[in-house]
Amino acid sequence: MTTVKQAQAGPAMTQAGKKKRSGVLLTGAAWIISVLFVFPVVWMIWTSFHSETDAATNPPKILSPFSTEGYSAFFGSNPWPPILNSLTASVISTVFVLCLALPAAYALSIRPVKKWSDVLFFFLSTKFMPVVAALLPVYLFAEKIKFLDNIWLLIILYTSMNLPIAVWMLRSFLSEIPDEMLEAAQVDGAGLVRTLREIIAPVIMPGIASAALICFIFSWNELLFARVLTGTRAETAPVFLTGFVTSQGLFLAQVCAASFVVSLPVLAAGFAAQDKLVQGLSMGAVR
Amino acid sequence: MSADTSAAAVTKDSGVDPDKSTSLAKAGAWARRAPLLPALIFMIVVTQLPFVATIVISFMNWNAYYPKDRSFAGLDNFKTVLTDVNAREAIIVTVLLTVGVVLISLVLGLAIALLLDRKFKGRSVARTLMITPFLIVPVAAALLWKHALYNAQYGLFNGVLKFVFGDSAPQPDWISDHPLIAVMFSLVWQWTPFMMLILLAGLQSRPMDVVEAARIDGASGWQIFTNMTLPHLRQYIELSGLLGAIYIVQNFDAVFTITSGGLGTANLPYYIYQTFYSAHDYGTASAAGVIVVIGTIIIATFALRTVLSLFREESR
Repeated sequence: MTTVKQAQAGPAMTQAGKKKRSGVLLTGAAWIISVLFVFPVVWMIWTSFHSETDAATNPPKILSPFSTEGYSAFFGSNPWPPILNSLTASVISTVFVLCLALPAAYALSIRPVKKWSDVLFFFLSTKFMPVVAALLPVYLFAEKIKFLDNIWLLIILYTSMNLPIAVWMLRSFLSEIPDEMLEAAQVDGAGLVRTLREIIAPVIMPGIASAALICFIFSWNELLFARVLTGTRAETAPVFLTGFVTSQGLFLAQVCAASFVVSLPVLAAGFAAQDKLVQGLSMGAVR
Repeated sequence: MSADTSAAAVTKDSGVDPDKSTSLAKAGAWARRAPLLPALIFMIVVTQLPFVATIVISFMNWNAYYPKDRSFAGLDNFKTVLTDVNAREAIIVTVLLTVGVVLISLVLGLAIALLLDRKFKGRSVARTLMITPFLIVPVAAALLWKHALYNAQYGLFNGVLKFVFGDSAPQPDWISDHPLIAVMFSLVWQWTPFMMLILLAGLQSRPMDVVEAARIDGASGWQIFTNMTLPHLRQYIELSGLLGAIYIVQNFDAVFTITSGGLGTANLPYYIYQTFYSAHDYGTASAAGVIVVIGTIIIATFALRTVLSLFREESR
């Protein structure tokens, strides 16, 4: 029907038709690129459900029978202690981060201290320091006080790694509360507790949730500290994965299964925090 | 400044004599600082003290294999790092890797952000698919590229080549042939979504009424892009590029997993890891660490300035 209209309306409408066609092309391009980007992940999951012999074929047998060989090999290699260690380190450090960051963010936005922006930028600058430069002294110190291969060491380090992100994020949420609202509450004679509960809590809750998810992701992913500072007892899931760095015969399905299982918590947290991911990654600079 | 105004407010509210109000203001200032202190002290102890220690150790002869030879070394460690072939190569690799990954993922990220900024059916699904690579644990992503994609015998790339061109298809060994590019592409795959997310947020913060007005005035799509969109995006491009650079300078996971630092892909973090973890040369490792810190400070200064300008704009 549109073509008939175009023919009647002349050049102006043809342009509209062109625009529509290029729109379809651009939408197509958007889909193709998105699918290309996600494809390696799909391939990883797909391969993980094939038997080792089918996974290692070339050219690939796409429609090989379903098999959980890779998963039983992975779970047979006792991955639970590292996964539990990762969970412990990520969850506890995230709780610590929130306990420290919430009051700090409050002191930097609602009732700001003097020179509050200097403090804020101090937090940010620590995030820019390469961790690798702090690795050696931390190692030596931990060695001296017999703290190596201890999950609490990672918890402390992950807390410091994520604290600046959380302070910046929570502050950017808190700064969305208009001053007039706080003043009005004060005029009404609302105490600190009531102000916190009725004005600040509703604004900060989504902020806390997304800051927590992002801190969780970063702690879960961390490799360098965990690799150097832990041994057999406190080993985390990424360190466990480094066991797959060198090829060991037919093991592709197992590698894919392991990579997928270890990435699952991050995928879940990331999709849950999707809308706030930008804010967290840019330290609250971008909303 | 805000503290002064509220001190004035306290005086006005309570209506007490000025003497009492200054002590009140003082107590108030401490009450304000108190919630900040735990976080601040924690950060100073955990992040700043180790750096001081690194600087101290970088001026020392200290190898764990020769514990008795610990002594002051002056600038020797820095000389070692800057003249050591491996260290110099690590510096070059770090620069190449960082610049390469940041530039490629910025350009790709910008193109994809522009595509996803248009309204179409299922746009949010496409966006979710796009960010998935960023949500794979870095070690897992590197393993995926190393074994499932690059592998010469059973990797997907060679599999596709064989599938398309038959049995006589070329079967390159991607990692041995182009080790640095292999590492780079796995990182581009993970970091493009990051760039895209920040740039997309920038695109969506454009004042659309102005763009609409320009369009009605007859501005072409390209004119709108170069004269309005790009200038608006400048800060976002800078921010995503600099934040990306800060993370990629520090990259360890991909280099460690894909090539184990071999084949000329060892970057500075890997070099430091090795000098300290395998060679136990603490002095040299610390000197390299100090060099990385100096390099990062240069990038970070620009990054902080960009964040500061975005920050000012927001608080205006």
